[in-house]
Amino acid sequence: MRLLCPRPPSLEGMGEFKVHRVRFFNYVPSGIRCVAYNNQSNRLAVSRTDGTVEIYNLSANYFQEKFFPGHESRATEALCWAEGQRLFSAGLNGEIIEYDLQALNIKYAVDAFGGPIWSMTASPSGSQLLIGCEDGSVKLFQITPDKIQFERNFDRQKSRILSLSWHPSGTHIAAGSIDYISVFDVKSGSAIHKMNVDRRYMGVSKRKCIVWGVAFLSDGTIISVDSAGKVQFWDSVTGTLAKNHLIANADVLSIAVADQEDSFVVGTAEGTVFHFQLVSVTSNSNEKQWVRTKPFQHHTHDVRTVAHSPTALISGGTDTHLVIRPLMERVEVKNYDAALRKITFPHRCLVSCSKKRQLLLFQFAHHLELWRLGSTVATGRNGDTLPLSKNADHLLHLKTKGPENIICSCISPCGSWIAYSTASRFFLYRLNYEHDNISLKRVSKMPAFLRSALQILFSEDSTKLFVASNEGSLHIIQLLEGNFKHLHAFQRLSGTVEAMCLLAVSPDGNWLAASGTSAGVHVYNVKLLKLHCTVPAYNFPVTALAIAPNTNNLVIAHSDQQVFEYSIPDKQYTEWSRTVQKQGFHQLWLQRDTPITHISFHPKRPMHILLHDAYMFCIIDKSLPLPNDKTLLYNPLPPKNESDVVQRRTAHAFKISKIYKPLLFMDLLDEKTLVAVERPLDDIIAQLPPPIKKKKFGT
Amino acid sequence: MAALEEEFTLSTVFLGAGPDGLLGVEQSDKTDQFLVTDSGRTVIHYKVSDQKPLGSWSVKQGHIITCPAVCNFQTGEYIVVHDNKVLRIWNNENVNLDKVFKATLSAEVYRIHSIQGTEPLVQFKGGAVRGLEALLAEPQQKIETVTSDEEVIKWSKFFMAFKYPVLIFITEKHGNYFAYVQMFNSCTLSKYTLLLGQEEKSVIQSFAASMDRKFISLISLSSHGCIYETLIPTHPSDTEKNQKVVRSLLLKAVVSGNPRNGVALTVLDQDHVAVLGPPLPASKECLSIWNIKFQTLQTSKELPQGTSGQLWNYRENLFMLHGKFLTVIPYKCEVSSLAGALGKLKHSQDPGAHAMPHFVNWETSQGCGLGSQNSEQSRRNLRRRKIEVSLQPQMTASKRLLLAIKKDSEKHIEVELRKFLAMKQTPDFHTTTGDIVTGLLGRCKAEPSFYPRNCLMQLIQTHVLSYSLCPGLMEVALEKSDVQMLQLCLQHFPDIPESVTCACLRIFLSIGDDSLQEADINMESVFDYSDSVQDEKMEEQTEILQNGFNPGEDNCNNCDQELNEKPQDATEEITSCPVIPKRAALLNAVLHSAYSETFLLPHLKDIAAQHITLFLQYLYFLYLKCSENATMTLPGIHPPTLNQIMDWICLLLDANFTVVVMIPEAKRLLINLYKFVKSQICVYSELNKIEVSFRELQKLNQEKNNRGLYSIEVLELF
Repeated sequence: MRLLCPRPPSLEGMGEFKVHRVRFFNYVPSGIRCVAYNNQSNRLAVSRTDGTVEIYNLSANYFQEKFFPGHESRATEALCWAEGQRLFSAGLNGEIIEYDLQALNIKYAVDAFGGPIWSMTASPSGSQLLIGCEDGSVKLFQITPDKIQFERNFDRQKSRILSLSWHPSGTHIAAGSIDYISVFDVKSGSAIHKMNVDRRYMGVSKRKCIVWGVAFLSDGTIISVDSAGKVQFWDSVTGTLAKNHLIANADVLSIAVADQEDSFVVGTAEGTVFHFQLVSVTSNSNEKQWVRTKPFQHHTHDVRTVAHSPTALISGGTDTHLVIRPLMERVEVKNYDAALRKITFPHRCLVSCSKKRQLLLFQFAHHLELWRLGSTVATGRNGDTLPLSKNADHLLHLKTKGPENIICSCISPCGSWIAYSTASRFFLYRLNYEHDNISLKRVSKMPAFLRSALQILFSEDSTKLFVASNEGSLHIIQLLEGNFKHLHAFQRLSGTVEAMCLLAVSPDGNWLAASGTSAGVHVYNVKLLKLHCTVPAYNFPVTALAIAPNTNNLVIAHSDQQVFEYSIPDKQYTEWSRTVQKQGFHQLWLQRDTPITHISFHPKRPMHILLHDAYMFCIIDKSLPLPNDKTLLYNPLPPKNESDVVQRRTAHAFKISKIYKPLLFMDLLDEKTLVAVERPLDDIIAQLPPPIKKKKFGT
Repeated sequence: MAALEEEFTLSTVFLGAGPDGLLGVEQSDKTDQFLVTDSGRTVIHYKVSDQKPLGSWSVKQGHIITCPAVCNFQTGEYIVVHDNKVLRIWNNENVNLDKVFKATLSAEVYRIHSIQGTEPLVQFKGGAVRGLEALLAEPQQKIETVTSDEEVIKWSKFFMAFKYPVLIFITEKHGNYFAYVQMFNSCTLSKYTLLLGQEEKSVIQSFAASMDRKFISLISLSSHGCIYETLIPTHPSDTEKNQKVVRSLLLKAVVSGNPRNGVALTVLDQDHVAVLGPPLPASKECLSIWNIKFQTLQTSKELPQGTSGQLWNYRENLFMLHGKFLTVIPYKCEVSSLAGALGKLKHSQDPGAHAMPHFVNWETSQGCGLGSQNSEQSRRNLRRRKIEVSLQPQMTASKRLLLAIKKDSEKHIEVELRKFLAMKQTPDFHTTTGDIVTGLLGRCKAEPSFYPRNCLMQLIQTHVLSYSLCPGLMEVALEKSDVQMLQLCLQHFPDIPESVTCACLRIFLSIGDDSLQEADINMESVFDYSDSVQDEKMEEQTEILQNGFNPGEDNCNNCDQELNEKPQDATEEITSCPVIPKRAALLNAVLHSAYSETFLLPHLKDIAAQHITLFLQYLYFLYLKCSENATMTLPGIHPPTLNQIMDWICLLLDANFTVVVMIPEAKRLLINLYKFVKSQICVYSELNKIEVSFRELQKLNQEKNNRGLYSIEVLELF
């Protein structure tokens, strides 16, 4: 009889991998054009220059919970919330669009018939929309429960209306145009004042002075920001200039006022954000004046838009970062929420991978790229870069047809299928590999109900395709050689309205998990084609889902950095998950500021969970004790000797690497190989237009 | 960090120290008291803190002291040896050394060692050692010889190692050095040969020893000026007779080789040594403290009158002969850390403008001032109310003061103010202070004779006031032409409006020299320029003007020629400061103040033309002073910066150009400035060109650092 004395699995080099470090994903986020803050739901809508609109939930750790894909012809110029939580945008195609925040599609688009729309604002009551058009017209729309209705025009101005603001009482509006600001009476629709803005810039007469932003305060003051670098205060009753702050050598592009009207924020083309506050002139007097209190330089390029939430200044611009800068004096508790946030990358996966053929599929706004990873025969020690025996190949560049952005894409594990979807069309391609040649064949005649998908997933054996459509239903499609067969559709569950945007399938193909942004995760039995169970809803949105092989444990990551493990067969949380919840995660784990976007498993090590966010990659070894707040969560130093290696390997369950960042995707190709897709910020900056040059020397 | 303190001379009387210096300085049984033995016939007992002798004893003419006097710590008596063999023991009551206890020994004494906690030890020149008691019991006992022939004791030290006394002594024979360690607990004597390593030829000049756990760390200073360390075990591993120890280099070239008077070394603590000797062959002698852990020079003091190359160290006092006098330099050594050894950023010494709390939480100050309770703030108010309860005494003090201000005399107000200021500062301290100043100023306005200058000065110096907290203060000072108060305000207020700055400037320029002389003005920003200016320097001036850039064939030359026509004139203009130092200090305060160009310009137009010219001349003078040194700064504690000077020149010219251009006296100044601007433009255009090249280089560098788009790496997770 042989004595078996296996070493614990965690000790036998659990963490040694060859890592394909990929930096050729040439992803550049679009610049931010507008932000709109909704006080009721504490959500932030962000529109980008490619027409994409994203919704961030500020209460859920700033998670990007929804997005609407962009459209080439839909350059968004204005974004606003109205009627509580309805979201509208307007753009240079002259249309006003309302978004369906549940189904995640566009509800309708209405042409305003005024040429390109430059500005839009909702009335203080939220029941009316006002737009400013290229032809100088200001149009009022009534918001009805399911649409908007044109009401009337105001007096036509002679040039385009770039900015609009309502007086909080709703009786007057201010409109910024080129070289002047008009004040309208809402009742009569006539202009009662026209205030000319000084064209001179640093004493030199510039051709035009564009009023980029106006804000109407309840005391009748109008604040304007313009292309000559001025912030000006006007008296709307007399139509005169009250005060002038010259704050920049370049355009001041945006302004946002706090609801209390005691502070406002402006953004300039030099990347600076200035905070103005209403401050008493002396300690005892009631006389207050606006004082420029704090400058912030978090941007390198134009700050195209700013917003003012009760506790933070929010800014975004050409440099693609969304910056949330909390106002320290308004933050009640000085916790991690009080830290500055800079959001650059989307909180979803833009990369999928075929493990069998070692392929990576990159999703861009208007095309897909397929790459084959290289290989090496060498081995090495921790930190070594191995010589390549074959470099990575760019196999395919697949351009979309039409102006719409790609919503989602996926390559099958076998590498033979590629599927992607735009807002109106679903595409499925069959790939054939003959030696080095690839042939691509589109599978035609997709069924009519497969018009648009929010998420696409192939089963592990590549025989089934799962599609989450934006109508809320889930489709299962059987893939045959070059053909397909629609197997089943799980209809939207009664009582739920939201669309599913995250999918996970078990490796044995029996279970399908799907999650929306807020309600719980639904688990379907693919064999029996019925709903198996629903994981209880949690307060924070799901950021990633995956089902472990063999055990069929569903691992769910939430935006508050909690990770749950739910046993699908047992319909309950696993023992490990309960232990974790009892003990709690390490404080530093909870303080990470990017969500987990991908979870995977090791085929040979059932105790391991692999997950990553933008700044770290982590293997959780469930067999080891959990770290408490006193233990060191992450030790960047290499271990000194053998005993240190063993000690660290067995110390606690979280094995973290922060070498690869910003990390957009990380997955296990095989037992010993990982692929990491990085996108260095410098590479993004290199592709942006040059910022305004500031002279270092000279006169 | 180690530091040497101010030195003081111990003996004003002439010590009969020949070229050999002193025989020794030894501790007495009382702290702070020392026995100094000169190389002639005298022993003097000093109290260091009093810097005076307590007693003095001499041996008879014809005798000579051969071994420094020591104190027997067990009995409080003093012991000295004269004529090599005669031992004398006495105490403070004895006056004449000839009449005290005497013992004649059979062998010549090298030294007597005495330390606290054990009986004195007599060491003979042959290396043998006897306890004092045992020796006195039988003075004529035979003394054996430990060392070989021609072996001479160079140095010895007696100290306690783990409660047991240890004696170490070094001998020399034909250039070879030997160390003997005698342990008195085990009565073993070990002999070690000191291997000198590569520098075989060097002569060891000085020794010092300290205990380092199981080793005696023997530090030696060789004639090359290098410090070596030799570790000698206190518990010899084998009993072999002749063991060898190697020395290792600790510090290189701390003193120059082969100095005239010899060099000395002493160990201060485990990381610091003091070295006496000339750092360079020709230089004067220096006392330096070195950190041997980090190999850094900690501090150094020049001893210009020369030393005898001897150094003693007792209780944080270093003793040496400086010239003819025994000098004591106290020192301080702190636990050495890297930051301490390398030095760290010093905090700005200027307690004025920099220490000001610039950040004001607007919301808090608003809340305090107005007593408004927004709904948003209600939660925080709870907390604030708690604070207020604990602040009752302060509130009453300030209330009392506010009451006093309304009616009491200036004296009484001052007393109350002192009470108020003595209180601990609280979050709303600055609003309260603002109220007090407003109260004082209110009374000033009502009673023209009331001007509580001292109170106001004290309040300004609390650093919490700003212009907006007490807008009337500077107006009152302007009315009274109180330049000292105005200077203080300019230094301490961050938010003076430009019109007021300008009004100050007008007063500073127009006030008579005689009334300035009376004022007590803070002069720290002014450096006495008068003596540093020499006429020869003027030749270089034109070079420096161009800031290192040679414009070549430029139309600047035209004005150069113009300048050269009247070189005498230019010299006159520049060599002396156009204003008296007190006025300069006031003007500097204006230069330091913050302003916004747009708002300052209209007010500058109101200043009289001759004052503008004077101010321009002063600014130009400052600029020339600046350009005299490479860093482009002015000497002094808080001088105006080059940027401030340039900005003000530009502002003055912008505001008053049409006026200045008409004044004949200003013509030369304007030409100089024109020439300067011209050359600056040239420099900057060159700099801008260089910037582009640098950016390209940076880009190249970045590309090199780029790790490529694809690689396969090995990752091991722990």
